[in-house]
Amino acid sequence: MEKVKKGVRLDHISKIYQDPKTGKDFYAVRDTSLNIEPGSFVTLLGPSGCGKTTTLRMIAGFESPDEGEIYLGDEPINELTPNKRDTAMVFQSYALLPHYNVFDNVAYGLKLRKVPKDEIKARVMKILDLVELTGMEGRMTNQLSGGQQQRVALARALVIEPSVLLFDEPLSNLDAKLRVSMRTEIRRIQQEVGITAIYVTHDQSEAMALSDQIIIMNKGVVAQMGTPQEIYYHPVNEFVADFIGEANFLKGKLLSAAGEKVTLDVEGNRVTVPGKPGMKEGGEYTIVLRPEAACLAEAGGLPCKVVLSCFMGSYQNYHVMVGNTLVKLEEHNPKNRRIFSVGERCSLMFEPESVHIL
Amino acid sequence: MVTTIVVLITFLTLFILYPLAILLVDSFVGDGSFGFSIFQRIFAMKSFTRAITNTLKVGFVVGILSALIGLLFAYVEVYVRMNKFVGGLFKVVSMLPVVSPPFVLSLSMIMLFGRAGIITRFLLHIYDNNVYGYWGIVIVQTLTFFPVCYMMLKGLLKNIDPSLEEAARDMGAGRWRVFSDVTLPLLLPGLGNAFLVTFIESIADFANPMLIGGSYDTLATTIYLQITGAYDKAGAAAMAVVLLCITLAMFAVQKYYLEAKTAATLTGKASRARMLIEDKSVKIPLTIFCGLSAAFVILMYICVPIGALFPTWGRHFFPLTGKWFSQVFTRYKGFKAFKDSFVLSLISAPVTALLSMIISYLVVKRKFKAKGFIEAVSMLAMAVPGTVLGVGYIRGFSGGIFHTGLLQGIYGTGLILIIVFVVRSLPTGTRSGISALRQIDKSIEESAYDMGADSFRVFMTVTLPLIKDSFLSGLVTAFVRSITAISAIILLVTPQYLLITVQINEFAEKGSYSLACAFATILIVITYGAVLLMNLFIKYFGTSKSIKED
Repeated sequence: MEKVKKGVRLDHISKIYQDPKTGKDFYAVRDTSLNIEPGSFVTLLGPSGCGKTTTLRMIAGFESPDEGEIYLGDEPINELTPNKRDTAMVFQSYALLPHYNVFDNVAYGLKLRKVPKDEIKARVMKILDLVELTGMEGRMTNQLSGGQQQRVALARALVIEPSVLLFDEPLSNLDAKLRVSMRTEIRRIQQEVGITAIYVTHDQSEAMALSDQIIIMNKGVVAQMGTPQEIYYHPVNEFVADFIGEANFLKGKLLSAAGEKVTLDVEGNRVTVPGKPGMKEGGEYTIVLRPEAACLAEAGGLPCKVVLSCFMGSYQNYHVMVGNTLVKLEEHNPKNRRIFSVGERCSLMFEPESVHIL
Repeated sequence: MVTTIVVLITFLTLFILYPLAILLVDSFVGDGSFGFSIFQRIFAMKSFTRAITNTLKVGFVVGILSALIGLLFAYVEVYVRMNKFVGGLFKVVSMLPVVSPPFVLSLSMIMLFGRAGIITRFLLHIYDNNVYGYWGIVIVQTLTFFPVCYMMLKGLLKNIDPSLEEAARDMGAGRWRVFSDVTLPLLLPGLGNAFLVTFIESIADFANPMLIGGSYDTLATTIYLQITGAYDKAGAAAMAVVLLCITLAMFAVQKYYLEAKTAATLTGKASRARMLIEDKSVKIPLTIFCGLSAAFVILMYICVPIGALFPTWGRHFFPLTGKWFSQVFTRYKGFKAFKDSFVLSLISAPVTALLSMIISYLVVKRKFKAKGFIEAVSMLAMAVPGTVLGVGYIRGFSGGIFHTGLLQGIYGTGLILIIVFVVRSLPTGTRSGISALRQIDKSIEESAYDMGADSFRVFMTVTLPLIKDSFLSGLVTAFVRSITAISAIILLVTPQYLLITVQINEFAEKGSYSLACAFATILIVITYGAVLLMNLFIKYFGTSKSIKED
């Protein structure tokens, strides 16, 4: 694809809906600004009703923003209808035309663009090869498996060489195994083509596996945008920490700050961890502790009591009480470790560098 | 259960299969020797062959026009953001053909556009406009039948997954391309279905061609005249067989080919709400066109009650008078007519509703040998035009079964009228009963069995409450269909019974439109009242809405 790559920019976008029951207006998306780099794979992630799909559909042109402007490259596109926008979408339900076969489905966009017949044929075949569907072009879509339909939908979007590829939860109708292999496939193809991709999902592992950047949305606003590592290790608030992976929140009062390190009072214990700028003595802070970053020992850490101990195969799952705070942890490769049982008193250990302060 | 099945089979055989069989017998051996002589005779009659071409021509044009107008209305309702007022007009239009007798539009057509029509004579000063004939029938039937197409196609359009159209649009298709490349191909079998259903309705229609056909005879009216005018019963039987063959062929195509195809292309579920078209260049002309058409149809219906209030239609309009209404009761035995119609329909409605519920229950939930027979025969009745059934009953029962005198007693009584009402409404009742029962998840009933209920308890406590609404609407539909029926009844009614629809037909034939309108108005009030009552009942005592939405 010889096209210049284009990014997408949202400038203070809002979308207002009317609640069908109460008749009241509410913001589906509120004052959202985003800058999506050309050629990057970006995921919009959030719980249902967070505004991620609405945002995607506004970029595609199926909804129009009530406030703000959307840019494709440098061009404002608010006034363009979906058929005039240089975007292509892969739908959740695949949305393959049931009265066309695979070839005609993929060729549809090219026919609309009045591409000469020979070229259509060549381009469709090339794309079908890319998505590994060679030989299937004569099949009707209802003769394909879910994964194959998904590939046709992807081929149809790719073949028109759009500036931006949009995905609306494309894998949610597939079974778990297929979902994993398809997401690898999608990432491979995106890298091969080098296209800008915006992907909506509520599945965090999908977001982690696919994305250069993850945008976490909640209640119509962007909670955080960053690389998967940034989001996982440095969440900006409890919502993000909790939504991506599992998180324990240890609340504590700041006792003293000495250089890079700070000491907090957590459930009557002194905990020293790396601090962050602008912390004040006496202030309340939350330590985010990931389950895999902690372990149990006979002594030497925070005193705690085991309330759940459960063998999960690749790890041992514990719930322990530190004072009145419940902490969940996972000890991986538990075969040769000391297993604590319910009711035992022990000690919660973690490396100070592996936590994050909110 | 065995007794029930035997009774059902006897009923269906005796009152659906036998009358049709006797038509065949009569038309092959009516003149003493077996052969095609009767068919040769009727096909030699110019009037009969002309009636066949006329009927097919009208049916074809009405079918196409109704399907197209129905499509337009359905499309506007499902795809375009309409204002509330036009939406209200749409609702009324879809409701009117249900509550009105099937031929009121002929009356209003004559009163608006006929020689003394308000629009032709008084607004346009045309004194010799001829509404009778081909175009009269086509217009009236189209206006009568298109709401049925509209409701059918609306259901189908709602089943198209909006993301299919969004995908096409996303690929670069404009609105028109989306319609011609996606919506239309998916809808095509359904459109064919709507066309054929209307086609069958049109060629089976008796009252409209009777009133507005003038000298333009269709098969239904020709058969009627053959039996009431020429007293040629064998000829009428043979003609009825010809008409039946045409409708049966259409019905077979519709039922076994198009319905299956429609289901196959439109299995998709709407994954999200459709984005309604807000674009003013699309919205305004479509809304205006459909709004005006709807208003015109409503005007035609309104014309009936108003027509009954003018002192002399076509000459004096003021002061409005109630004299026609009072004459209906004082001079023309209106009270008896309403009592007869009302009582006969009131008896037949619960019988129909119960019978169709039992049939649908047996068909959906039970397995037994004669199941296919029962389902097929009760559906077959849908394809039988009323006129054909009427002739069949005359031939079948006036001389007793197979002319032996057996069961001769019911001919000419109220009982045979009730039976005709039941048979005519049975297919619709059975069809909606079957679809209601199919929607009940099997595991709900199984869980009740599992808790220890026997099959009677399961039916009473689980199945029945869940199909209550369907039973009730079946009851009211049967009542409304019976009280507005005419085609079969007009051949069977004896002077002992006065039926409203037959009265309306008679007065309209004689040119006493004001009286016909007065009768029709009261009839519409009764049927509308029945439907209102049903809706109220469903609202307050029916299966609650929240259950259905889940």
